[in-house]
Amino acid sequence: MVPEASPDSYYGRPIIKPPTWKTPDVPLYLFLGGLAGASAVLAEGAAVTGRPDLERVARVAASAGAGLGTVALIHDLHRPERFLNMLRVLKPTSPLSVGSWILAPFSGLSAAAAASDLTGRLPRLGRAAGMGATALGPALATYTAALLANTAVPAWHDAHRELPFVFAGSGATAAGGLACMFTPTDQAGPARRMLAAGALVELAASERLTSRLGMVGEPYREGRPGRLMKAARVLTAVGGTAALLAGGRSRTVSTVAGAACVAASVLTRFGIFEAGMASARDPKYTVEPQRERLRARAAQAASTMAG
Amino acid sequence: MSSSLSGPLHDVAGDAGHEDHPPRMGFFTDTSVCIGCKACEVACKEWNLVPEDGLSLSGMSYDNTQALGASTWRHVAFVEQPTGRASRTDLGMPGIGPPGGAEPPAGPGQETDSGEGGVRWLMSSDVCKHCTHAACLDVCPTGSLFRTEFGTVVVQEDICNGCGYCVPACPYGVIDIRPGDGRAFKCTLCYDRIGEGMTPACAQACPTESIQYGELDELRERAGRRLGELQEQGVDGARLYGADPDDGVGGDGAFFLLLDEPEVYGLPPDPVVTTRDLGSMWRHVGAAALGLVGVGVASFIGRRR
Repeated sequence: MVPEASPDSYYGRPIIKPPTWKTPDVPLYLFLGGLAGASAVLAEGAAVTGRPDLERVARVAASAGAGLGTVALIHDLHRPERFLNMLRVLKPTSPLSVGSWILAPFSGLSAAAAASDLTGRLPRLGRAAGMGATALGPALATYTAALLANTAVPAWHDAHRELPFVFAGSGATAAGGLACMFTPTDQAGPARRMLAAGALVELAASERLTSRLGMVGEPYREGRPGRLMKAARVLTAVGGTAALLAGGRSRTVSTVAGAACVAASVLTRFGIFEAGMASARDPKYTVEPQRERLRARAAQAASTMAG
Repeated sequence: MSSSLSGPLHDVAGDAGHEDHPPRMGFFTDTSVCIGCKACEVACKEWNLVPEDGLSLSGMSYDNTQALGASTWRHVAFVEQPTGRASRTDLGMPGIGPPGGAEPPAGPGQETDSGEGGVRWLMSSDVCKHCTHAACLDVCPTGSLFRTEFGTVVVQEDICNGCGYCVPACPYGVIDIRPGDGRAFKCTLCYDRIGEGMTPACAQACPTESIQYGELDELRERAGRRLGELQEQGVDGARLYGADPDDGVGGDGAFFLLLDEPEVYGLPPDPVVTTRDLGSMWRHVGAAALGLVGVGVASFIGRRR
């Protein structure tokens, strides 16, 4: 019996289960984690180089981002009253476990640093807490890439090399952008430079991601997630250029460019989240690359036998 | 803590830290003798007290169950395939009629006899694969999912906080969050029954021995013999699925004999456990985090403004 050309799937149903993660909780958390982590780095730099206004804005951004992010993460749980079970074990194979152990201390330390800065109390303890948050910040901003990539979702898993850089860049863009909005221009130079560097990293990594992934990368270019990603690219490029060229002379330009970059970071996270959802829902993104892999392996085996 | 993330692994329970454990147990589902009766679905629901999960008419042949999920731990797929030519293959099913009589054996192959425009039926009872390298277990942040002494993978309902990470991690789309409950559920390979030396409910209820339960090593041998038999009879499409310890998940604890490509049944053709790339993921995260530190330092170098 020779089977007919077989369809790609069972009645067009997805092969893998699309994530049950909620929107906006999870994409928003991706943004807030990036913002908070990169803001902690910015705050420490401002403290070292004596820019108190910049330091205050960045400390508050780090603390608020981590606090709101924690709320979003707990709200995303389908059994939120059991959120403490996240700290029951520490598993390197689970980025969510590792991330919980990064987020929990970061939230406490960044809140302490911000509170000390705002009230002027316990300055030395506050500064030490800020240093602790700074040490954890870069991990907080980037571990979320492993969180998405360590799934069977084709558009996320296959992007595991580029996603951490997209997220690092996007976090820096958001932190720099937010600081530009609320800091006087004479102290915001580092924020502008962080914003511009982050924008460059993010744009380059996104470009590489979509070009390397081929067919599995389609959801990043098409449909609603494609439109989100495109809007994010335009805002990042325009905001980054404007902040770098004119942000130092005009508070208005600095504020608007900063806002554009914060918005771009939000859009990037929603775009990446939704691209993954789309790639999970359509069985072709699961089946076709796997079939291709089997064909390549069979061809290789055949040529080995022949050779 | 599991030390091995991919590749062949014989002592699964030992790798998970069980000393002195029973042999690895599993399912061999021989779909060539499945008659689509769904006794497995019913027995599973009854024994495990799995709630009803929607009474709907799907339009998918006789399959109104549609897929595995939080409240469907066995799912019988029904595939109707138009066949180009009629053929009869004796799959060794019990038939009716006088044995060795004048009539051709009425033993039903799974094909109709009507020539052009005929239909081939494929039925298959799907279940959790209890992977050698189980992504659901690897990514579970609470330790709710664990490896039993039988080498199977089970959710502890009193620990799961419904984070949902296991759901997109599974390369087969098995485990899911139960709406209204919020926790993740899937087949336990009847952990309570096998601990008492009993057979899992689905295998116990299966009238054709399409679902076979036993020691995995023995099931693999049995499946190899069955495949040989079918191939000898000229059943070209027959193949084992999930039986190879060298595959992307290190082989399945519950594996299958299929009569067509896996994707026809809604199974991924070449599943790979996502944590196989864990090292690369963390390395890239580490590099990106260092890059962010670099961006931060560079932002403060140079001009005073």
